[in-house]
Amino acid sequence: MMQSHFWRAVRQNPLTLFGGVVVLLLFIVALAASILPIHDPYSIDADAVLQAPSLRHPFGTDELGRDVFSRAIYGARISLWVGFVSVGIAIVIGTSLGSVAGYYGGWVDALIMRFVDVMLCFPTFFLILAVIAFLEPNIGTIMAIIGLTGWMGVCRLVRAEFLSLKERDFVQSARALGVGNRRIIMRHILPNSLTPVMVAAILGIAGAILTESALSFLGIGVQPPTPSWGNILTSGKDNIQIAWWLSLFPGLAILITVLSYNLLGEGLRDALDPRLRGSR
Amino acid sequence: MASYLIRRILTLIPLFFGITLISFAVIHLAPGSPVDVLADLNPKMTAEAKERLISYYGLDKPLHERYLRWLGRFVSLDFGVSFSADRRPVLDKIKEALPITILIEALSLLLILIVAIPIGAYSASHPYSAFDKSLTIFVYVGFAVPTFWLALLLLILFSVQLEWLPISGIKSLDYARLSLAGKLWDTSSHLILPVLLSAFGGLAGLSRYMRGSMLEVMRQEYITAARSKGLSEREVVYKHALRNALLPVVTVLGLSVPGLIGGSVIFEQIFAIPGMGRLFYTGVMSRDYPLVMGILTIGAFLTLLGNLLADISYALVDPRIRKGGRG
Repeated sequence: MMQSHFWRAVRQNPLTLFGGVVVLLLFIVALAASILPIHDPYSIDADAVLQAPSLRHPFGTDELGRDVFSRAIYGARISLWVGFVSVGIAIVIGTSLGSVAGYYGGWVDALIMRFVDVMLCFPTFFLILAVIAFLEPNIGTIMAIIGLTGWMGVCRLVRAEFLSLKERDFVQSARALGVGNRRIIMRHILPNSLTPVMVAAILGIAGAILTESALSFLGIGVQPPTPSWGNILTSGKDNIQIAWWLSLFPGLAILITVLSYNLLGEGLRDALDPRLRGSR
Repeated sequence: MASYLIRRILTLIPLFFGITLISFAVIHLAPGSPVDVLADLNPKMTAEAKERLISYYGLDKPLHERYLRWLGRFVSLDFGVSFSADRRPVLDKIKEALPITILIEALSLLLILIVAIPIGAYSASHPYSAFDKSLTIFVYVGFAVPTFWLALLLLILFSVQLEWLPISGIKSLDYARLSLAGKLWDTSSHLILPVLLSAFGGLAGLSRYMRGSMLEVMRQEYITAARSKGLSEREVVYKHALRNALLPVVTVLGLSVPGLIGGSVIFEQIFAIPGMGRLFYTGVMSRDYPLVMGILTIGAFLTLLGNLLADISYALVDPRIRKGGRG
């Protein structure tokens, strides 16, 4: 299903292919990080503190003499993890609430959609900050909280799909045959509304990666010594007067990653539904 | 108009209480308490002293009781006293910080408006031109750039390498001794990077939105009608199309308030600006419940105010809403 969409999207907009290829490459690099011929991202070298980029250290070294290039590669691992898990959480919540709201309508729908309104009114980043700082800041809480504050879009999307699909003939006939509500939702409507959810997921991963890097940058995300793009940037800020490379490279990594996910996601969305072109 | 306004305000009130309730629950259900933080700092604290502190702060009461108590005081704008060492009322702290953040965010909203609307309108009236294509690239990059990274790069360029701009804060040390012009320049040079960066993210989004909205309008029949009665392209675009294209943009602007408020945490942290974002960050770090709760409330209030203002301006420019019909 997704594959044919992908090639249609690539024909319409070649940049989708670029996005797809980079996303795939990032995956391979992140998975293979431990067998790549790079320095150990944790090994401290007191003789190589804050060295500018060189052949030996293409991205330079940080204040503990660790190789920034290998830390950036291990950082990709963290970013992808956070992206996938938190978006997974958001999709599960958004899809369940959205299907229930769209299928049953009435007061259930009204209740759920008001809840969505409330959640959308939050300065989300404030809420995330409060929760993470009050809990233990670790990778698990970050994934959970990004997911818990990011499901509203998916919920609206799924609800809209359900509203239009539940009136269609195949659903009506299933109902006439006496199929139960649960089964209609799970077997008949949901599978037909999953494609736009996939697109929302790809775009959501980009957003989650940005949020995680911002949190780690503030020191309440992924905790050192575990490398993440955000916390390398923190040492970039601390050493801003002397070590520009600590600021430049991890940010570029975030930019390219997020850009690729966006290109892939938006290309797919435009191919699915040309009416949505240019919207977000 | 009046009935429309009242209806809108009435829907916002439950939203507001919904937000404060969720904030309250989230903050207070989280494990750990400010007393633990105090106890960590002072290992000699006895269990008895701890107990006293807990009842002093009302932390031993059940959650709903504490929320009702908070709500009762909130009605008279009393957010309580900060848990931090200076024991000042939360409201005073917020009063100091809020104007700074509002100044920066208002300036950046203004900047977004001034820049994004003409850019979006121009690119929509020249689709697929070189200008339009560069806008598309800018938008893609704008959505993907972590703004705190951009902040670091600009700091390295303008403050470290060129030494044109100060590296942090909102005032120089010798601010009091400067002339009026000197003061003005001093403040602007401190604010220029934060305002630019705060506007950056919204800029990409809004110009793209403006472009989309304009393209949509240009397809309408009344535009064809305007053209066929012989109006110049300029008049068609700027008089007939632009006004109608602005309608949805106004709404989006109102909805961007939570994003701006959220973003302030990062900027104010990077540039050491003593505004709401930084206050919130320090509050969160020291588990200052009353402070965090106060700021979340003000943030929610500002967000809803943004929504309301968007609705009002929407109604002002769109007679269909103003004249009664369904909103």
